[in-house]
Amino acid sequence: MTKSNPLISIISTLQGIGHRMVERIWRLGAGARLFFLTIIYSGESFKRFHLTLREIYSTGVMSLLIIIVSAFFVGMVLALQGYNTLQKYGSSEAIGVLVALSLVRELGPVVTALLFAGRAGTAITAEIGLMKTTEQLSAMEMMAVNPISRVVAPRFWAGVISMPILATLFSMVGILGGYIVAVPLIGVDDGAFWSQMQANVDFQSDIVNGVIKSLVFGVACTMIALFEGFDAPPTAEGVSRATTRTVVISSLTVLGLDFVLTSFMLVI
Amino acid sequence: MTNNIVEIDNLSFGYKGRLLHQGINMVFPRGKVVAIMGGSGSGKTTLLRLIGGQIKPTKGQVRVNGEVVHEQDRDGIYKLRRKMGMLFQHGALFTDLSVYENVAFPMRELTDLPDSMIHDLVLMKLNAVGLRGAHKMMPTELSGGMARRVALARAIALDPQIIMYDEPFAGLDPISMGVICGLIRSLNDALGATSIIVSHDVKETFLIADYVYFVANGVVAAEGTPDDLMQSTLPFVHQFVHGDKDGPVPFHYAAGDYQTELMKKSHD
Repeated sequence: MTKSNPLISIISTLQGIGHRMVERIWRLGAGARLFFLTIIYSGESFKRFHLTLREIYSTGVMSLLIIIVSAFFVGMVLALQGYNTLQKYGSSEAIGVLVALSLVRELGPVVTALLFAGRAGTAITAEIGLMKTTEQLSAMEMMAVNPISRVVAPRFWAGVISMPILATLFSMVGILGGYIVAVPLIGVDDGAFWSQMQANVDFQSDIVNGVIKSLVFGVACTMIALFEGFDAPPTAEGVSRATTRTVVISSLTVLGLDFVLTSFMLVI
Repeated sequence: MTNNIVEIDNLSFGYKGRLLHQGINMVFPRGKVVAIMGGSGSGKTTLLRLIGGQIKPTKGQVRVNGEVVHEQDRDGIYKLRRKMGMLFQHGALFTDLSVYENVAFPMRELTDLPDSMIHDLVLMKLNAVGLRGAHKMMPTELSGGMARRVALARAIALDPQIIMYDEPFAGLDPISMGVICGLIRSLNDALGATSIIVSHDVKETFLIADYVYFVANGVVAAEGTPDDLMQSTLPFVHQFVHGDKDGPVPFHYAAGDYQTELMKKSHD
């Protein structure tokens, strides 16, 4: 065994860091290129809307159960925690507005996006990765059918359309969960719960901003899932790694974007 | 109009600094079944991808119907590909579509034919490969041989002028192999197409091919009719055709001295 020269190990470490940086930048560029191509070749997704509708079923409708169940529990926990704190200040009637604002502004879009990345994002990546592995995308190319137009674009628009609807449902079910805990179980006044919510939740700054967030998250999560699938090495290990990357990158992107969007929305 | 539908002229192709093909010349006359044979990793499938315009040559050119493939833009390549059909090694059937929909796929995507006509055409194509009765099945319910036949029906869906076969006999039982073998010849003659078969199955390929190219070490090592090649005294052709264990293609992959390696206590 030969002892390694410290200078050589420093150089090779730097080379490794440089190589990873270049690879990350390359992937970012390739992802952006796929995004623009998807937009350019989106015509078919609307002309033959049944293709997009089919994907809305598999990404949106099939995600309903996990979204609804999670929303219900999140709403109930919010009500419990919120009541616990609010009652100390004698404002337990504000529980309705607390639950609604937390859900509509933040938890609705963010948790929906995280669940969407885990449920639908991974499915998209695995499906496209396997299509690549089994040469289905090559077969399409050889038939003079553009895979971006036929495979990527309908899934992209399905994700973009589904996400705000899922986030809205999440908020609605969450509020229902919060109501069940706050009113029948804890005994907060029914009228106060709803009237405070009605008075303090603003349509533009709360609801519309929440929908904008979920729309942005929809674009980000779906595009990441599509790119990872499209870029996956055509092996079992490659697809498995791509699926994991979809969850990790989507989750971090959603949390990062949430901060950026919230900052802009509060300033504006 | 030249008699050759595909011409490969002084073609070189390489990637990652390794030259896979060096100055290959081939012609594929109209109406003939031409085979490209060679060992694993000799770049046979890559030649099909070069003909289909999925990759660009480093040097030289591939002409289809007199048009240089790599000089075409995306629309030009797609126009050329509409004259081609390709059977992939494992069929590459779309797993989310039924047998019927797989065969109908190119018709739906590339033509404006009404559903009633597509229905008749799909059943005719499936009947030609003997699988009309399986049109409702899903690809996962098919055996390897059946999947290959459905893929063949899909490849000839739009009556292509060129049909390319990537290892059509690989992994099939003797009966399926015989069926595919007969279908390649009969469909070629019935459609008046030109077939390009990439294979290393000598017996089946020699049975149906009009002309054979042997590719080895990046060049055309031998060419001729199956009868000529059976009689060939060229060491490589003799080894390949008769399946000799050792010859110009060595049994052992290049390695260091056996004894020295065994005497080593551990790997560096």
